[in-house]
Amino acid sequence: MSNSQLRPMHIWLRPIAVWVALVLLGLASLISAYLPLNAFNTPLNLAIAGIMVILLWLFLMDLIGSDALIRLIAVAGLVWLSFMFALTFSDYFSRACEDQPGRPPAFCVDQNIGRGGF
Amino acid sequence: MTDAAIADAAVDREPASYLGAGHTLLSWLTTTDHKRIAILYAVSITLFFFIGGIAIGLVRLELMTPHGLFLTSDAYNRLFSLHGIIMVWFFLVPSIPATMGNFLLPLMIGAHDVAFPRLNLFSWYLYVFGAAFTVYALISGGVDTGWTFYTPLSTNYATGYVVAAAAGVFVVGFSSIATGVNFIATAHMLRAPGLTWFRLPLFVWAMYTVSMVMVLATPVLAMSLLLVIAERAFGLPIFDAARGGDPVLFQHLFWFYSHPAVYIMILPAMGVVSEVIPCFARRTIFGYAFMVYALIAIAVVGFMVWGHHMFVAGQSPLANLVFSFLSFIVAVPSAIKVFNWTATLHRAEITFEAPMLYALGFVGLFTIGGLTGLFLASVPIDIHATDTYFVIAHFHFVMVGGTVSAYMAGLHFWWPKVTGRMYSEAWARFAAITTFLGFNATFLPQFVMGWNGMPRRYHYYPDVFQAWHVMSSVGALILAVAYVLPLIYFGWSLIYGRRAGANPWNATGLEWQTSSPPPKENFHRIPRVDVEPYAYDAFVHLPMADNRTPPSLPSPASGGG
Amino acid sequence: MSDAASALREPWPDLDRQRDGVSVGIWLFIASEVLFFGALFLGYAVYRALYPEAFRIAGAETEVFYGSVNLLLLLTSSVTMTIAVDASRHGMRRTVIACLALTILLGAAFLMFKGLEYSADIAKGLLPGAHFPLQPPQTQLFWGLYWVMTGVHAIHLAIGIAIVGAFAVMLWRRLLPIESPAMLGVATYWHFVDTVWIILFPLLYLVDRS
Repeated sequence: MSNSQLRPMHIWLRPIAVWVALVLLGLASLISAYLPLNAFNTPLNLAIAGIMVILLWLFLMDLIGSDALIRLIAVAGLVWLSFMFALTFSDYFSRACEDQPGRPPAFCVDQNIGRGGF
Repeated sequence: MTDAAIADAAVDREPASYLGAGHTLLSWLTTTDHKRIAILYAVSITLFFFIGGIAIGLVRLELMTPHGLFLTSDAYNRLFSLHGIIMVWFFLVPSIPATMGNFLLPLMIGAHDVAFPRLNLFSWYLYVFGAAFTVYALISGGVDTGWTFYTPLSTNYATGYVVAAAAGVFVVGFSSIATGVNFIATAHMLRAPGLTWFRLPLFVWAMYTVSMVMVLATPVLAMSLLLVIAERAFGLPIFDAARGGDPVLFQHLFWFYSHPAVYIMILPAMGVVSEVIPCFARRTIFGYAFMVYALIAIAVVGFMVWGHHMFVAGQSPLANLVFSFLSFIVAVPSAIKVFNWTATLHRAEITFEAPMLYALGFVGLFTIGGLTGLFLASVPIDIHATDTYFVIAHFHFVMVGGTVSAYMAGLHFWWPKVTGRMYSEAWARFAAITTFLGFNATFLPQFVMGWNGMPRRYHYYPDVFQAWHVMSSVGALILAVAYVLPLIYFGWSLIYGRRAGANPWNATGLEWQTSSPPPKENFHRIPRVDVEPYAYDAFVHLPMADNRTPPSLPSPASGGG
Repeated sequence: MSDAASALREPWPDLDRQRDGVSVGIWLFIASEVLFFGALFLGYAVYRALYPEAFRIAGAETEVFYGSVNLLLLLTSSVTMTIAVDASRHGMRRTVIACLALTILLGAAFLMFKGLEYSADIAKGLLPGAHFPLQPPQTQLFWGLYWVMTGVHAIHLAIGIAIVGAFAVMLWRRLLPIESPAMLGVATYWHFVDTVWIILFPLLYLVDRS
């Protein structure tokens, strides 16, 4: 059943290339964390993590060679997760500062007016 | 030889039905046949239905007097908690999907089995394993947190077997997920030739959409319960307010599942009703495409409304507004379905066999339940009605008046297919009518007393509500009788019931094209499908229930109907 | 080949369809796992938004060295797993089994380093409770989430190792053919466990290192 015309080299090339990319990205994330980028540290780390996941899913889990149904299912979990995040944060980001504890401090601009909520 | 013996001998000469393929207990416990697994589930969930029913029977008895009768308040709390936990997770969520879905999905799409038969058996064992945990919790004394496990009661203050109960539900959740994965893969990959998506029966669409919800919602429940266990058993603070935790976060995670869970309960019921009504009205379903879109819309939008359970919990007013608005939106596809079922009945040739009685009951009771849900979706009204019997009445109208009615409809409709026997139509009709009357007697008074202020989960209550409680409890007794009756006449039918032909209802659908009961491999030859579903218009002059397999359906091109 | 044909199961009409079916099934399971871990990430996101300072203080105590080494181990194991899958499609038996064995070894090494990391954490007293060394109290939320997130991930990894191990043994003893459709299921699950660690890494180990 196995096709004798295959070239074994193929099965090593792409995974190793992806490995190099992933390791470099991981290193970049680690090193950048020690740089004083203030508010940009976390978004950068998460963005790099996102790119690593995309590379992993596209090339190691072979989404790039999969049909539309598989890609749809792969994305579905993330889409539903976005519902969960978006609507939950619609609660937390709109809580009043003093009357309703649980509002992220960055949003409590004026502590004296305790009616920052909607 | 008597006629019966000749008939029996004839059946014995027929190709072996799935019931005859293996007679030992082991053959049942190691089966990978989806039909046998469906029966394993059916027996299990029936057992739990009655355990949950006995629990609430004791509660309703207790509530006949305002100051308690024979239960301590602690025992009372544990009884209603167990009722909720068992009914939601060990009866309602698996009910139609795990029994009828398992049995019928491969038959309806012309397949030999589901996509992953061994996973199917494993899902039943997960269910049994989770159930064992919960029974352990029950006989050890139970939990008093309510089925909702709210923190910090569940994590900090509750005495009782919270960890065991939560673990049991955690495990049974994965049974749900496994079933969902199986059904979606089956629907995508194993349809018979010619069976395009828009030729599928609505029951198949219902199984598909409910599976989407099961796969995507249940894991969040699992995690929320895992976090409760982590906090209670291992002292890891997640929801502990003293250390900055937010109990409302638990509610967000819990209801993210538990609201879609109610759609897990209603979507299959809608699927069953969409099969029964066309058959007994001898009409194709009105608006097939919109019935499909409505199922999908309910499944998707149903994920965006969970905050309506939390209007008074400490959510922000903005979130309240958003969730309220989305809750109004999600009512629209449900309403479309009710309009379409009604339109199907318009000027149709309706007969009132037991399945149809239950299905018609579903339409009416689901409408009332759904409308009262809209009341509760409105924030100011909810502030008045929340945590009262109004809410209890609302969800029992949809879950019991709705889902359980549809479950009964499906049970009666497909009983001949599953067992090869006809049940007693007279007794079944009597039970259906008694159910309807008992149900309304139980739950209509609860709307009234809830609106007038009777809180839910209360053991003692003001005297002024006693009359309503007594009415409700008497209704519950009638309902209990109505639920026990099927056990008797179905059991009787297994031994003495008239043998059913392949298609006793002259219904459309591939499941009726094979024998009753079906052979182990479902079809000797996978059929090819060229017709639209519910081609009843072609049947309009064929009498009901003449118990012969009808001639093959005319294709649309021949101008039939 | 009777070897490959023995992999065909009811009710699949042919092996290709079965392979596609396994693909659909495992990705659906992955979707459910995305939501399972996603709930944890939501909890983390909510509390980090509410208590950024406490999370900075708490996050400084995680063991970056172990976290980074573990990231490297899992990334490599994903690659060896991918090579195993590609090799199985070409019937390269020894390559498949060798790569699976390597994957297991890398996974086991991860667990070993995790164990060392946990001992270090416990030695620093970072178990939420009465004797927690950090202030303010919200730092215990970070560490509560840390134990749950890494613990659930480690359990998933352990299960993955067991499954890959069992699968490798069955291939080795020719109880399953090399072209078995189950290979894709096993590999996809493994890659998902890696995915979770890629996301956990910055959330747990790169909090305020500068």
